[in-house]
Amino acid sequence: MGLTASPDRSVATYDPGSQESWVATRLDFLVNWSRANSLWPMPFGTACCAIEFMATAATRFDLARFGMERMSFSPRQADVLICAGRVPFKLAPVIRRIWQQMPQPKWCISMGACASSGGMFDNYAVVQGIDTIIPVDVYVPGCPPRPEGLMYGIMMLQEKVKRERMADNVIRHEIEPDPTSGLYIPPQAIDELSEPFGNSVHQTRSGL
Amino acid sequence: MKSSFTPVVAGSAAPDAPTPVTPKNIQYNGGEPNPSLAALRDRFGAAILRADVMWGETTVYVERERLHDIVQWLRDDAGQRYDYLSDVTAVEYRDREVPLQVVWHLRSLPFRRFLRLKVEFSREEKLEIASVYDIYHGADWLERECYDMFGIVFQGHPDLRRLLMWESYTEGYPLRKDFPLRGRFSRSEQLRQALSANPEARYSMEELTIAQAFEDLPEAMRRRLTAGEETGE
Repeated sequence: MGLTASPDRSVATYDPGSQESWVATRLDFLVNWSRANSLWPMPFGTACCAIEFMATAATRFDLARFGMERMSFSPRQADVLICAGRVPFKLAPVIRRIWQQMPQPKWCISMGACASSGGMFDNYAVVQGIDTIIPVDVYVPGCPPRPEGLMYGIMMLQEKVKRERMADNVIRHEIEPDPTSGLYIPPQAIDELSEPFGNSVHQTRSGL
Repeated sequence: MKSSFTPVVAGSAAPDAPTPVTPKNIQYNGGEPNPSLAALRDRFGAAILRADVMWGETTVYVERERLHDIVQWLRDDAGQRYDYLSDVTAVEYRDREVPLQVVWHLRSLPFRRFLRLKVEFSREEKLEIASVYDIYHGADWLERECYDMFGIVFQGHPDLRRLLMWESYTEGYPLRKDFPLRGRFSRSEQLRQALSANPEARYSMEELTIAQAFEDLPEAMRRRLTAGEETGE
C-alpha cells in the first residue's frame, strides 16, 4: 500500500539532532510571557469607567484575547487591580485593603481621570488619585476612556510585565508606606499635587 | 406597625376628581393652592406662618414646635391621608439674611396631593427639630443624611449618625455654605484620617447580619468568635 509502519509509541526516543519537542529559552522570558498573557483582573469599578470596562470585557472588544476574561472578584486570585472610577475617601481604606490582600506578583491600572487624579471632583470627598494610596503601574487617561484606550493600557502593562527580571526582586518588595520607605509620599508632596488651585488650607470662603 | 399591608390605589379617596393629565402652562408664581392648606389653617391657626404656591406646588411654612403635630395630623386625618414621606432635606442660601430651611415633602396617594412643609432657622439658633421617625419610619435615613450634610439634629431619632460620610469624619457638615469645597483639612491630613479608619467599623452591631445571627451559629464557631479570633481576612 506504500505506507510505512507507524513508530512504536511505547518507546520514548531522544534524538537531539531531530530539533523536535524541545525549546530552549530564558526562564525570565517564559515566566513573563505566561504572566503577561494570563493577567487576571480584579475589577474595582465605582463609576462610569466601570461601564466602559464592562464593554471592554464583552464580545465586541473581548478581553479574552489578552487572557483576561476571568474576572477575579476575590483579590486572593487576582493579578491586576483595575480601578475604574472615582474613589471617595470613605473607600480609601477599602481599596488599600484589597491591594494588600492581592498576592504577589500584582499590578495596578488606574483607569480614567478620576482614579488617576481625582478628575473634576476636586472636592472634600474624593481621593485625588489612587496613587496616593496604592502603587500604580499604568494610568489610562480619558473621561471615561474608550475600550481601545483601556486595551492600550493593558498592552502597555503587558510590555512592562515582559521586561521584568526575576533576579530584580526589588519590584516585588512590599513596603508599607511609612516615612522611612521609598514608597512614602510626604504630606508636602501630596499638598503640592493638589496645586495649582491651592488646597483647602489656602482656600478662603467665597464671598461669605 | 400594621401587621398587614393594604395597597393604596392612587386617587381612590377622591373618585369624582378629574382624570389627571400632564400639566401644561403652569403659573410660575401663584395659582390654586393645595386644599390641605385651608384645612391646616382651620386646624392649626397661627402655627401656619405663611404659604406660597410656585409651579403649582404648595409650600407651607410652619412653626417649629408644632411641626410634629402637623405631620401627624396630615397623615392620620381622614381628609388628608398623606401616607408617603418622599423627602426630608434642608436648604441654605448664600444670603446670610435668608434663614436656613428644613423641608419635608409629603405625598397623599389617595387624594393625589403633594405638600411641602418648611421650618425656618435663623443663623443664631440651634438647629434642632423633632424627628418624624415615629410617624414615617422611612424618615430614618433621610434624617440621617440631613444631619450628616447640614448638622440638623432631629430629636427623637433612634440612631442619628452620619450616613454618607464616615462616622469619624470631623471636618463638619459639607453642604453648609461656610464649608469650603475642598474640606477644612489639607489633602494629606484628609488621606491620613481616611486611611486610619477601619473599613469594618462603619456599621453598628445591629447592621451586621453576623451579629444578628450570632445565636444561630454553631457552638464551636461562637466560642472562637468570643475568644477574639479574626473572621477571614
